[in-house]
Amino acid sequence: MIKVENVGKTFTLFNQENTSIPVIKEASFEVLKGDCVALVGKSGSGKSTLMRMIYGNYLTNEGKIWVGDTNIVGASSRAIINIRRHILGYVSQFLRVVPRVPTREVVAEPLLAIGKEMDEAFDIAEKLLERLNIPPALWDLSPTTFSGGEQQRVNIARGFVRNYPAILLDEPTASLDSENRSVVLDLIKDAKSKGTAIVGIFHDESARMDVCDREVDVSNFSPKLDS
Amino acid sequence: MSDYNFAYLDEQTKRMIRRAILKGLAIPGYQVPFASREMPMPYGWGTGGVQVSAATLTPEDTLKVIDQGADDTTNAISIRKFFEKTAKIATTEKTSSASVIQTRHRIPEEQLTEDQILVYQVPIPEPLRFLEPSEIETRKMHALEEYGLMHVKLYEDISRHGAIATSYAYPVKVEDRYVMDPSPIPKFDNPKMEMAAIQLFGAGREQRIYALPPHTKVVSLDFDDFPFEPSKADYSCDLCGSENSYLDEVIVDDEGGRIFVCSDTDFCSSRQSINSELIYE
Amino acid sequence: MSELLLDVRGLSKYYGNRIGCAEVNFDLWPGEVMGIVGESGSGKSTLLNCLAGQVEADFGEVFFNTRSEGMKDTFQMSEPERRMLSRTDWAFVHQNARDGLRMNVSAGGNVGERLMAVGSRHYGKIREKAVDWLERVEIHNSRIDDRPKAFSGGMQQRLQIARNLVTGPRLVFMDEPTGGLDVSVQARLLDLIKSLVRELNLSAIIVTHDLAVVRLLADRLMVMKDGYVVESGLTDQVLDDPQHSYTQLLVSSVLQA
Repeated sequence: MIKVENVGKTFTLFNQENTSIPVIKEASFEVLKGDCVALVGKSGSGKSTLMRMIYGNYLTNEGKIWVGDTNIVGASSRAIINIRRHILGYVSQFLRVVPRVPTREVVAEPLLAIGKEMDEAFDIAEKLLERLNIPPALWDLSPTTFSGGEQQRVNIARGFVRNYPAILLDEPTASLDSENRSVVLDLIKDAKSKGTAIVGIFHDESARMDVCDREVDVSNFSPKLDS
Repeated sequence: MSDYNFAYLDEQTKRMIRRAILKGLAIPGYQVPFASREMPMPYGWGTGGVQVSAATLTPEDTLKVIDQGADDTTNAISIRKFFEKTAKIATTEKTSSASVIQTRHRIPEEQLTEDQILVYQVPIPEPLRFLEPSEIETRKMHALEEYGLMHVKLYEDISRHGAIATSYAYPVKVEDRYVMDPSPIPKFDNPKMEMAAIQLFGAGREQRIYALPPHTKVVSLDFDDFPFEPSKADYSCDLCGSENSYLDEVIVDDEGGRIFVCSDTDFCSSRQSINSELIYE
Repeated sequence: MSELLLDVRGLSKYYGNRIGCAEVNFDLWPGEVMGIVGESGSGKSTLLNCLAGQVEADFGEVFFNTRSEGMKDTFQMSEPERRMLSRTDWAFVHQNARDGLRMNVSAGGNVGERLMAVGSRHYGKIREKAVDWLERVEIHNSRIDDRPKAFSGGMQQRLQIARNLVTGPRLVFMDEPTGGLDVSVQARLLDLIKSLVRELNLSAIIVTHDLAVVRLLADRLMVMKDGYVVESGLTDQVLDDPQHSYTQLLVSSVLQA
């Protein structure tokens, strides 16, 4: 489902004396349907970067990244938008909050974007919010005033509201208490059983052990800085 | 032998006006610019109508001049005398005897024939002017038949007054093409604009001439659910008894007493003499 | 798969020797929102005005997928055609609502004008539609007979949007739609624009200097500097992983609240 082939990335900072920082070199791995792969490595090794590259949020300088049948590297904006809409979901580390939009709508948005009826979309969103212990009183409010943990749960709900063939999860259990953590892990397992390919970054080792089938050590893809 | 050229204007000016008239007749409702001359009366006193009449009159014509339907107001008399002096043509108060009728703000009640010409005095020829002050823009709107704004005006009327409040100078669509200001005639007169006579419109200050050939299609603008109504006061004339003519309200004493009389004086007096004949028969 | 809506090739506008905008190329699909960002003098407003036909470009073509005749170069269209297009399929939301409204016509009249311009002749139905649209832009229908002069800036802007969208255009041009509005008002407006775009499957081209607006509304982004497009791509990619030096400067200069 997701195939990373010899991928490399370098950041060039023009406003800081044109410094070039290579971060990923010759990265390769594959994630099949129903697979859950954890990206591991010490902080700064490029886990989030690699995830963002798969999502198209960061550009990839070398190699290919296959999501389904499409190579993200060099793909048109339109193609990537399409993939994000139908094939690849992404739960980032932080919820980007927009004022005024009620939580229910924030979560339902991926469904509304593909033309699902409002009632149906809200229904599915509400069920997820319930599962994630976000009380109904909060569904009409914008998440701007929520706690970090609440925002994260809204973020996760939004990521799981559709049955994507593949999803990327960046620290999904961070800032969650143990009860909510297990809810999230259950969601991941459900997705797995439906055949979803999952790439995740889990700081929490036990969570990682619980849901992931394999680990990919991103520090293996670190360029040797002294060469 | 008069000191004036026939009908005051020089021949070149008349030619220029006639060209404008022909153009106007060829494109019914379209405002043709013309070089309006300095006349011996100020702008706002009918100079447009006077120039069109001057260019149209021939020595054989008989002229009638009315002002709000009456032959005997100061302005009607002045203009009639003007042409008597400068053109030495016959004048009359009888609608049926006139070949050229110059009018301010009314159409005669009596039906006009193919041998007659009706000349209107027009203050503001541009029906869109009050909504769109730019001349360039209104010209484009006419050229491109963009008349949505005209209906906006009618919409505003209904929203504010519950009905289309425009009671005079009611805009019309001519031959399904141009929207035209019929001059400040009461909307009651609008249906009469489909007539056998030639209608010419002159605006002196604004320097525009427009025209309607005989039997031109003239439709008053309206909405499907607010159709046009050529309404008049719900009274009959206190002098001649007519129920179908446009009436003036006349205050007769200082206790608010009033009567309604036909605005068309010739029409009213004809009916009165018929009535008195009938009585004395 | 839907068809291409707008195809822009080599669009350039010069003011003597000065570049207004130069060699702009992009395409736009139904339902897509394209953001154009840049600082003052970048050429973004010039570009928008050229695209919308408000200003005449010197070179280039703008192909629009017309309903009746497919892809047509709008620069080659006759004036009546273009004016008709701008009243039906296109809409232009001005930065200053006063430029996009008739200030001495009621709110209902403003919204109804485009309908009347394309032949609507039933007062009742026009008014119904006006009420419907005022509600959609969150203006209470009791204000339908009020003149925009009596509205706040945010309300005027929302009225402008209603006026533009009532004929169901497929492409909306917006020039700094939230410029000059209070921050809280901006949020409301952006939210409205976002949901209308989604509900009506609109395509939009939005010019703004505000990166937050563009992140919220636009799928794709073009960054302009001195008349040229220096970078373009997915909005989140351009803002999170800017490749061009100017874009990097722009992004890093934004103050975080």
